[in-house]
Amino acid sequence: MAKKVLVLGEVRDGELRNVSYEAIATAKEISEGGEIVGVVCGESVNDIAGSMIHYGADRVLVVEDENLKTYTCDAYTQALMQVIDAESPEGIVFGHTALGKDLSPRLAAKLQSGLVSDITGIENTGGNLVYTRPIYSGKAFEKKIITDGVMFVTIRPNNISALEKDESRSGDVSKVDVTIKDLRTIVKEIVRKTTDGVDLSEAKVIVAGGRGVKSEDGFEPLKELADVLGAAVGASRGACDADYCDYSLQIGQTGKVVTPDLYIACGISGAIQHLAGMSNSKIIVAINKDPEANIFNVADYGIVGDLFDVVPKLTEEFKKVLV
Amino acid sequence: MNIYVILKRTFDTEEKIAIENGKISEDGVEFIINPYDEYAVEEAIKLRDEHGGEVTVVTVGEEESDKQLRTALAMGADKAVLIDDEDVDYGDQYSTAKILAAYFEDKEVDIILGGNVAIDGASGQVGPRLAELLDMPHVTTITKLEVEGSTVKIERDVEGDLEIIETSLPVLVTAQQGLNEPRYPSLPGIMKAKKKPLEELELDDLDLDEDEVEGKTRTLEVFLPPEKQAGKVLEGEVDDQVKELVSLLRSEAKVI
Ligand SMILES: Cc1cc2nc3c(=O)[nH]c(=O)nc-3n(C[C@H](O)[C@H](O)[C@H](O)COP(=O)(O)OP(=O)(O)OC[C@H]3O[C@@H](n4cnc5c(N)ncnc54)[C@H](O)[C@@H]3O)c2cc1C
Ligand SMILES: Cc1cc2nc3c(=O)[nH]c(=O)nc-3n(C[C@H](O)[C@H](O)[C@H](O)COP(=O)(O)OP(=O)(O)OC[C@H]3O[C@@H](n4cnc5c(N)ncnc54)[C@H](O)[C@@H]3O)c2cc1C
Repeated sequence: MAKKVLVLGEVRDGELRNVSYEAIATAKEISEGGEIVGVVCGESVNDIAGSMIHYGADRVLVVEDENLKTYTCDAYTQALMQVIDAESPEGIVFGHTALGKDLSPRLAAKLQSGLVSDITGIENTGGNLVYTRPIYSGKAFEKKIITDGVMFVTIRPNNISALEKDESRSGDVSKVDVTIKDLRTIVKEIVRKTTDGVDLSEAKVIVAGGRGVKSEDGFEPLKELADVLGAAVGASRGACDADYCDYSLQIGQTGKVVTPDLYIACGISGAIQHLAGMSNSKIIVAINKDPEANIFNVADYGIVGDLFDVVPKLTEEFKKVLV
Repeated sequence: MNIYVILKRTFDTEEKIAIENGKISEDGVEFIINPYDEYAVEEAIKLRDEHGGEVTVVTVGEEESDKQLRTALAMGADKAVLIDDEDVDYGDQYSTAKILAAYFEDKEVDIILGGNVAIDGASGQVGPRLAELLDMPHVTTITKLEVEGSTVKIERDVEGDLEIIETSLPVLVTAQQGLNEPRYPSLPGIMKAKKKPLEELELDDLDLDEDEVEGKTRTLEVFLPPEKQAGKVLEGEVDDQVKELVSLLRSEAKVI
C-alpha cells in the first residue's frame, strides 16, 4: 500500500550527511510507491535542501529557525511534531546518528508508535516490511516488523545504498513556519574534537591504529594511507588510553560502531570490545606482527609484519594503482 | 535529591551467542548490569553523596534481575525496585518505557539516570521514550554532570565532539563511557545490600493491563551472521604481500 514517508535530512558542516540520502532509499522501499517528503531543519538550510530531490525525494520541507541551528531535543521535537501534524506521514526515516538516536524515540513515544532502530537492511515480503538489525554488538541479528502507529526507522550508515544521484529530478522545496518556545535545554558551547575530513561513522574506508602504533607520531603513516584512500582514521581504545589519539576516534563497544566497505586494522589485537564496533565491516584487513593476534580471526586478509614497514609500502602501492 | 536509575540486566560482554528454538539461548550465560547503566549507578551515588537524598534503582525484567539490583545496592544505592514483566507476550521498548512511566507517575523525581544503550537490544530508545512520557527533557550520552540548585550543567559526547549543555531539574540523562569509573562493591557494601529494601511489583500494582503495554513491533526471527570464512594470511616477501593485498582488494574484494 502506498504510504507517505518523511525523511529527516541531517545537516553537518553546511551539507547533508550521506546517511540522509541512504534514508531516502530506505523511505522509497517503505513508501511502496507513495510520496517521499524530505525535511531539513536548521537556521539557513534552503540551499542544500534541493539535493534531497536529486536523491529521490519528491518534495522537501525547509524548517528554518534560529533555535534549530544546533540540535536540542526540545526544539527539534517541537519542529518535527508540527511538520508531522501538518503532513500526517505513515513512516519517518532517520539516520542512526547522534541526532537520530536522540530524537526518534522521543517522537515515537509522543505518537505511541513502533520504532526499529539501527537497521542494516529492509525487505518487502508479501506486503510486510521486514527490518534487519544487529543485536548483541553484531554477534546476532533480528528481523522485525512494526505493528502499530507511524513507522519509525533509523538506519545505520553505510548499509543501505543511496539511489543514484539524478540532477534532472525536480520537486517542490517549500518553507514551513514553526513556533518553537519554552526550551528546557540550551547548548552553551560545542567543542569540536573530530578533525575535518572524512566522517568516521560514514566512511567507506577506515584505517585504524592500535597500541601497536606506539606513539602519536606513529599515526602519521596511517594518516598518509588514509589520505591516499580517501579514508577516515580510527583507533582502538588501547591507542586512545595511551594518548596516541583523541577518544573521538575510538571504535568499539564504547566508541563508534562502523561498517565501512574496508577496515584496515594496524597494530590492533582484536579484543572483543573492539570487534563489537567493526566486525560487521564488509572487508577487514589486519596488519599485526603477532600471527596469533585475534584480529586475524575476523580478518579477510592479513599481513603478519611490522606496521611501520607494511603501511608505508601499502601507501606507495595504492598511489601507483590509484592514479 | 530524589535520584533514580533505570537499569537493565544483560549478557556479559564476553559471552558467545547461540540460538536455540529460534531464540537467543541463555544457557550457562553470565549476566551483568548493562555496562552503561553501571556508570549511571556510580553517578547517582556521587550525586547523593554530594547533595543528600536517596538513590532508587529500577528495573523491568525477569525475577533473576534481582542479582543485578543487589549489585547496585552493594555499590551504594539505597533502594531497588523490580517490576516483573513476565505476563506480557510481546514486549518492546515501547512496553518498557510505558511500564517505567507508570511506575514514575506518582513519584517526586529530580533526576533519572540510565545508560545510553543496552549492549544486547541496543536500540537506545528507553531513556528518551521515558523522558517524553514523563514530559521531562532528556540529554543522552553524557560524560559530565554537575547539579547546582536546580541548574544542571552537562557535557555530552556527540559522535566524538563535546557539547556543553545547560538544563534544569527534573531531567533524564543517559550515560556514555567517560562519565566516571564505576566502583566495585565492597565486602561491607555487599553485606549491607542484603538488608536494603528490594520491592517487587507486578503490572497490576501499577494499574497496567497486559494489553496496554503490548509492543508496537514484533520480532520475527533472530539469526547469527554467516560464519566468516577463514581469512587469507598472505605469505612471502613483504613487498610481494603488499602488491598481492592491493590487487586482492581491487579484483577479489572489489572495495577499492
Ligand atoms: C568495558 C570495556 C569497554 C571497552 N571498549 C572498548 C572499545 O570501545 N574499543 C576498543 O578498541 N577497546 C575497548 N576496550 C578495551 C579492549 O578490551 C582492549 O584492551 C583494547 O581494544 C586493546 O587495544 P589494542 O588492540 O590497540 O592494544 P593491544 O591489545 O595491546 O594490542 C596491540 C597489538 O599491536 C600489535 N603490534 C605491536 N607492535 C606492532 C607493530 N610494530 N606492527 C604491527 N603490530 C604491532 C601487537 O601484536 C598487538 O596485537 C574495552 C574494555 C572494556 C573492559
Ligand atoms: C513486557 C516485556 C516483554 C518483552 N519481551 C521481549 C522479548 O520477547 N524479546 C526480547 O528480545 N525483548 C523483550 N523485551 C525487552 C525489550 O524488547 C527491550 O529489550 C527492552 O525494552 C530494552 O531495549 P533495549 O535493549 O533496546 O535497551 P535500550 O533502549 O538500548 O536501553 C537504554 C537504557 O534504558 C534503560 N533500560 C533499558 N531496558 C530497561 C529495563 N528493562 N528496565 C529498566 N531500564 C531499562 C537502561 O538504562 C539502558 O541502558 C520485553 C520487554 C518488556 C517490557
